[in-house]
Formats: sequence, C-alpha cells, structure tokens
Amino acid sequence: MIDESLPGFIRGSLDHCVKCNICETACPVMNVTPLFPGPKYEGPQAERFRTPGASADDSIDYCSGCGICTLVCPQGVKVAEINSRARATMKQQRGIPLRDHLLARPSVEGRLATPLAPLANLALSNRGIRLLIEKTLRIHRQAPLPKFAGLTFQGWARRHQPPPTDDAVVYFHGCSTNYFQPELGVQAVAVLEHNGFRVLVPPQDCCGLPLQSNGIFDTARSYVSRLARNLAPYARQGYKIVATSTSCGLMLKREALEILGMEDDQDLRVVSEQTYDICEFLADLDEQGRLRSDFNSLPITVTYHAPCQQQSHLIGKPALDLLDLIPELKVIELDRACCGIAGTYGTKREKYDVAMQVGAGLFGDIRDAGPDLAVCDSETCRWQITHGTGRESVHPVEILHQAYGLGSRARRK
Amino acid sequence: MAGLTAGVRLAEAGLRVVTVAKGLGSLRLAPATVDILGYGPDRVDSPARALAAFVAAHPDHPYALVTPGVLAKSVNWLKERVNTYAYLGDPEVNMLLPTAVGVPRPSAVVPETMAGGDIRALKHVAIIGLRALKDFHPALVADNLRASAVSGGAAVEARSIMLNPPTGGEADVGTLAFGRRFEEAAFRSAVAAELRAALHDEQAVGMPAVLGFDHVGSVWTEFQEAVGRPVFEIPTIPPSVPGVRLARVLQERLRRAGGRFVLGAQAVGPELRSGKLVGVRIRTAARETVRAARSVVLATGGLASGGIEVDSRGAVRESVLGLPVWGRPSGAEPGFLPRYLDEHPMDSVGVRVDRRLRPVGPGGEPVHENLHAAGAVIGGARPWREKSGDGISLSTGYLAAGAILEDAE
Repeated sequence: MIDESLPGFIRGSLDHCVKCNICETACPVMNVTPLFPGPKYEGPQAERFRTPGASADDSIDYCSGCGICTLVCPQGVKVAEINSRARATMKQQRGIPLRDHLLARPSVEGRLATPLAPLANLALSNRGIRLLIEKTLRIHRQAPLPKFAGLTFQGWARRHQPPPTDDAVVYFHGCSTNYFQPELGVQAVAVLEHNGFRVLVPPQDCCGLPLQSNGIFDTARSYVSRLARNLAPYARQGYKIVATSTSCGLMLKREALEILGMEDDQDLRVVSEQTYDICEFLADLDEQGRLRSDFNSLPITVTYHAPCQQQSHLIGKPALDLLDLIPELKVIELDRACCGIAGTYGTKREKYDVAMQVGAGLFGDIRDAGPDLAVCDSETCRWQITHGTGRESVHPVEILHQAYGLGSRARRK
Repeated sequence: MAGLTAGVRLAEAGLRVVTVAKGLGSLRLAPATVDILGYGPDRVDSPARALAAFVAAHPDHPYALVTPGVLAKSVNWLKERVNTYAYLGDPEVNMLLPTAVGVPRPSAVVPETMAGGDIRALKHVAIIGLRALKDFHPALVADNLRASAVSGGAAVEARSIMLNPPTGGEADVGTLAFGRRFEEAAFRSAVAAELRAALHDEQAVGMPAVLGFDHVGSVWTEFQEAVGRPVFEIPTIPPSVPGVRLARVLQERLRRAGGRFVLGAQAVGPELRSGKLVGVRIRTAARETVRAARSVVLATGGLASGGIEVDSRGAVRESVLGLPVWGRPSGAEPGFLPRYLDEHPMDSVGVRVDRRLRPVGPGGEPVHENLHAAGAVIGGARPWREKSGDGISLSTGYLAAGAILEDAE
C-alpha cells in the first residue's frame, strides 16, 4: 500500500483555491493539448475524489511538473505539489515502466557509460539504434539526449589545486556537469575563484529529482537524503552551497522537502537554507559590491530564457542583472514560460510532440531574435532549445567566464 | 492593474523597478474594461461629471485624491500603452455593455471589440453561443437584453443562436482554448460560415469574448468581414481572454522598459533601518531575503486578494507591512446580512493614504516617507457596488508612480 497522502501544509493550501483559473491561463501543457485537462482540474478539483490508494484520473500523467501553476497562483495553493504527488500515486498503482526507471537515474548511466563514452555516444546518435530504443523503451527517437563527456567533473576537481583564499563555497555540480558537461563545472569554479572563493567539491551523487518527477519517490528520498548527508557538514559550518543546475538546486532548496515530504530530514533542512543558484549567489555578491566587475567587452547578442525550475526559486531573473554588467553584450529577455522538456518528460515517445508544441513559442522567439547564443540556466532546457532551434545554448556562467577573460568558451560538438 | 500601472510608469521613466508578486493578479479574471464609476448609488451617465458630487458624499473614498484631470490622464496613459487593439471611450460617458448574463453594466473605457455591444444604440441583435463553451448561455443573455430597456431608448430585440464550431469532438472547450482557435484562419472562417447562414436581418452579433489573444485586432476585423455584420465581444466568466490580453500587454511593457518581475514570491514584511523603510522582505524558495528599494508601492489588493486579512475573531490587518487599517466595523453592526450582495460594513476596510498616496497613521501622518499604496488595498471604496475598481486601480497606480517620480527629481 502506497501512502503518498498530502502533508498538512499542502492539504491546507487546497482550501485557498477559489477556482479563479489563473493557473489554467498559464499552464503551458493544457494550452497546447487536450490530453491534459489542466492544473486546477487535476489538483484542487480532482483531489476530492482521491482517497488513499485510489487515483482519480490517468490524464494527470500528462502534467509535465513544470511548477508554473504554483508559481502563478495568487492564493498560494500548492497546485504543482498536489499534482506531483497524485501523479506518483497513479504511476505506482499502474506500474512504472522500465523506461522511466532508466531516465530517472542519470548518475547510474553516467558511471556506466563514461568509460565507454565514444561507443555510447555513437550508439545514441545512430538512427537505427534510436528507432530500436523508441520501439522497445518508448524514448522518442528525436528526443534530445546529451553526449557523455568521457571524463567526469569530479575527476577534474580531485586534481585541481584551489587557491589559498579564506572565503570558501561548496559547489553542487549535479549529474549533468559531472558526466555530460564537465567544462561548465570548470568554468563555474574559475568564476568563483576569480571572485576570491575557494571552491570545495565534496563527493556527491544524484539529487533524486528525475526519480521524483518520474514518480519513484522512495528511491528519490534515499538519493536526496544521501546527498544532504554529504553536504550538511559544510552547511552547518556556514558554507554556502552553490549550484549550476538550477532544477537540482531547487530540489535541495524546496522540492524534496515539500513534494517528497521530507520536512523531518534535518540534514536536508540545513542544506536547503544554505543552497543558492549560482546566478542568485553572484547577483547577491554584486548587490553587496563584492562581485568583480573586470568584464571585457563581449559584442555579441544573446537571448535569455529563464526556465520554469529557475523561476520556482522565486528570485526573479538574477542572470539578467549579471549579464547587464558585461559591456557591449546585447541581451534579449524572452518571456515564454517553458521549453517543453521539463526534465525527462519531453523525451518520452507519447509526450515528445506535446513538449515540442509547448516549446514552439520559445523556439520561434529565439529563431526570430537570431542570437549568437541562447542563454538558459537548465541543462535539459538547453538541450531542448538546441534541438528546437539549432542554436547553441549555454549557461549564464559560461558567458561570465568568457567576459572575465578566463578562457574562451569551449565550443561543444 | 494598480501594481502594473505604477510599475510600468516608473520603469518607462527610467527607474529600476522590481515587481514582487505572490501570483498573477486578478486582471486575468476581469473583463478588462475600465469601469470608473457606474453607480453612486444611482446609475451614472458621466463619471467625470459625477465625480465631484460623489466625492463630496464619500469624503474617505480614494477618488477624493483623484481629480477629473488625473483620471483622464491615467486613462489616456493606458490607451496609449495597449497596442494589440484600441481601447475606446473616456471618463466623460459611460457605455452600457452586456455582462456574461446580459445585464447592462456601465463602463467608460472598453476594448474596441466590445464597444459595439453598447445597448444604448443596440436595436436588433443576435447573441451567439459556442456549443462546447459551457459557461456562456446565449439564450440567457438574449432574454436579459430584451428585458433591459434603457430609459429613453427602445427595448433591444435579441435572439440567440447556438453554433457548433469544429472542436474535433471535444465536448468541453474553455475560453482560453477558443481564444487560441480563433487565431487560426480556418477555424475562424468555419465559424463565420455557420454564423452567416444562421443570421436573419439582425443588425449586429454579440458573442463570448474569445476572439484571439495577441492578434485580436486582425482576428476581430477579419471575423466581422467574414460574417458580414458588426460583431461585438461580451465578457465571459473567468478565465477572461480580454483580461489575459491586457495583463500580457502591461507585463510586456514592464519588461521592455527594463522592469523586473519576481513571480511567486510573497512579500512578508518591511526591511527597516533605524525605523526607515529600506526594502521589503520576501519569501523565496529556501529563505527570506531582502529586496532593497528607495521607494515601495504597496499594491496587494483588498480583502478579496489577501492584501487585507480578517481573522475569525474579526481582527483586521494589512497583511504585508502591518499598516494601520481604517473602516473596521465597530462590532455593533451585524456580521451577517440577509442577501449576498448587501452592503457589508467590512466592504470598505483598507489603508488610508495622504495626497501623495502614502499610507497614514492615526494622526494623518505618513507611516513612511517612501511608502505609497495603490489599488484595492486603499480603503473607503465599495468597488463592486460602485463599479469603480478599475478606475481606482488605474488612477491610484498612476498617481503613486507620479509621487515617486516627483521625489526622484
């Protein structure tokens, strides 16, 4: 018997729903497909029909978990959290497909594939193999999947000699930086060191977010509590924990506590309080007059898309304030809610088209703007943006790194 | 609307503006007309001309701070900013537009797509419904229109027509989905063809307000041409397509002027240094942080929006900064009234402001030199009886920004 009944503060927020429909004006999924009837319908309305062990409606599976409904709710109803838990219950009752188990474990794949990276990458870019994967596992053959780097960021960090400065921060790099894009971690460290910080990189595994978003709550809990246990000693000593993966940072800040109901995990609580998105951290430094401003001119045009998970930090768009500091950089702020991918959602065969339709507005805006680079804080969104537009997409820190003159940006193949 | 108005005006004047919003505001639920003064208590024909007498009778009303000149300026300011389609009208005259149930409602400034519904000029009209749009009842609208004779005018002749737009088998399609479908030319012409065949000699066609979002101007024009008669939109129950249009326009204006929007974060208290307001505390995903600010505009709304809170013992408080609240019932009045819309003593609670829109304490002195309030958080009004909410939000948002701009000079 699965018991994913709602924690009190989420249940309590239900009573604040006045059925105003503002979440439905903003839901990116229901606005492109009738397969998802909408966050209000699935959340505050359907919740009445859910009793322990009973799932109200299979259409909840089409919720992408982007969190925009909670973000826009003027009454503070935890719509996305209600729906995440309802989706998990539904999936556990129906059985979680092998595909979702695989997509939800990036660090397992990373460990297995890193020594075989060229082979793995070749296989995943082979059309025949992708078609086979689609037929057997139902991962869409065109879905954007990352390439394994062959090296890990952890491996680099072990060899790296940090500068002997007093101020230190902890870097939470996430699976993507570790296995797919170690150079982002190297650049983040360089930007932090340039601003006078020694960067500590404790051993760390997956935060459990993909497991959570695929409804595999128990395993997600064990991943995130193990990560919190590794990071908590630093947090207790007052070190700030800085993340370049905005969705994984949000997992530590809030999602695990609320969606996985881990309010009693003392390690996680202290880690949550000390966790910062890297742009939030750097913009705070700037606000205190402590951010170095020795930026070189960067006469290029970039678009900036704040991904949904970044928006759920509730900090606005600090990346824009940082990019504004760079001379001659032209920044076009895009105002689209979602690129569609929502972690692993848009890679699934039955959801790929929905995700591409969700992202269509964003892709069109980027194509119209014709930027040199499309800037975005989240890795899965960057893969989706490149897939949808053909444009290279980078993390804001990569731009800062280049503007600080810390090395030219390694162009990815 | 009050917050966006103040924010856009300040950002366009070159100030660095951060808008902190717990969620998206009620503009997306509203018909997006600018109702300035509809009843005072009798129906008002000209808000501009009625204002002086209304203020004399209601000296604590927010309109006591708004001159007809400011009202006109703020309306023009808004009209200049909406670029998706035109807003028609001014504070001099109220139009009478049908509501979602066909009852005449006085509005002064309205989208061009709605102005044709002014029942003062309406003679013979067809009201259409869209089969899958379950919350719009054309027969009810038509019945009520026939019953709503305007003094001096003839009764409206109205007939309802239920259309069956191609919805691909979907039985329940909401306003937002119809709004998007009307942006598709093929869908539009299919609806127009069915409608044209169903019309007799009606002079105009009224329909639910779902004629597209960002492209409403061309959608409306092309649809009218295809139908061959003037078509006007009638506001629906929420979610409101015209409300989404206006909210998007104002947010886009804010963004283009360099304003920042922090969405989902709740403002939870003042940040004070030696008693002086230096910022606002906001609750982010993991912790409370401070947004430093030279000036603060409080536009959190009234009782209905949580800007003013009442607990179960009747204690009333302003929810973010703990400002003094006025108009609280003494306790001698009954807490429950026989009818839902009866005038309740709690209706007009809110903060009170000085001429520069600064909330004041018991002696009339400003609580903070650099704190201004706008919109429904200001007490003294009964907007849903007066039909004054949009006018109050627009004009006080405009004035609060003006006061800050004076300080900045």
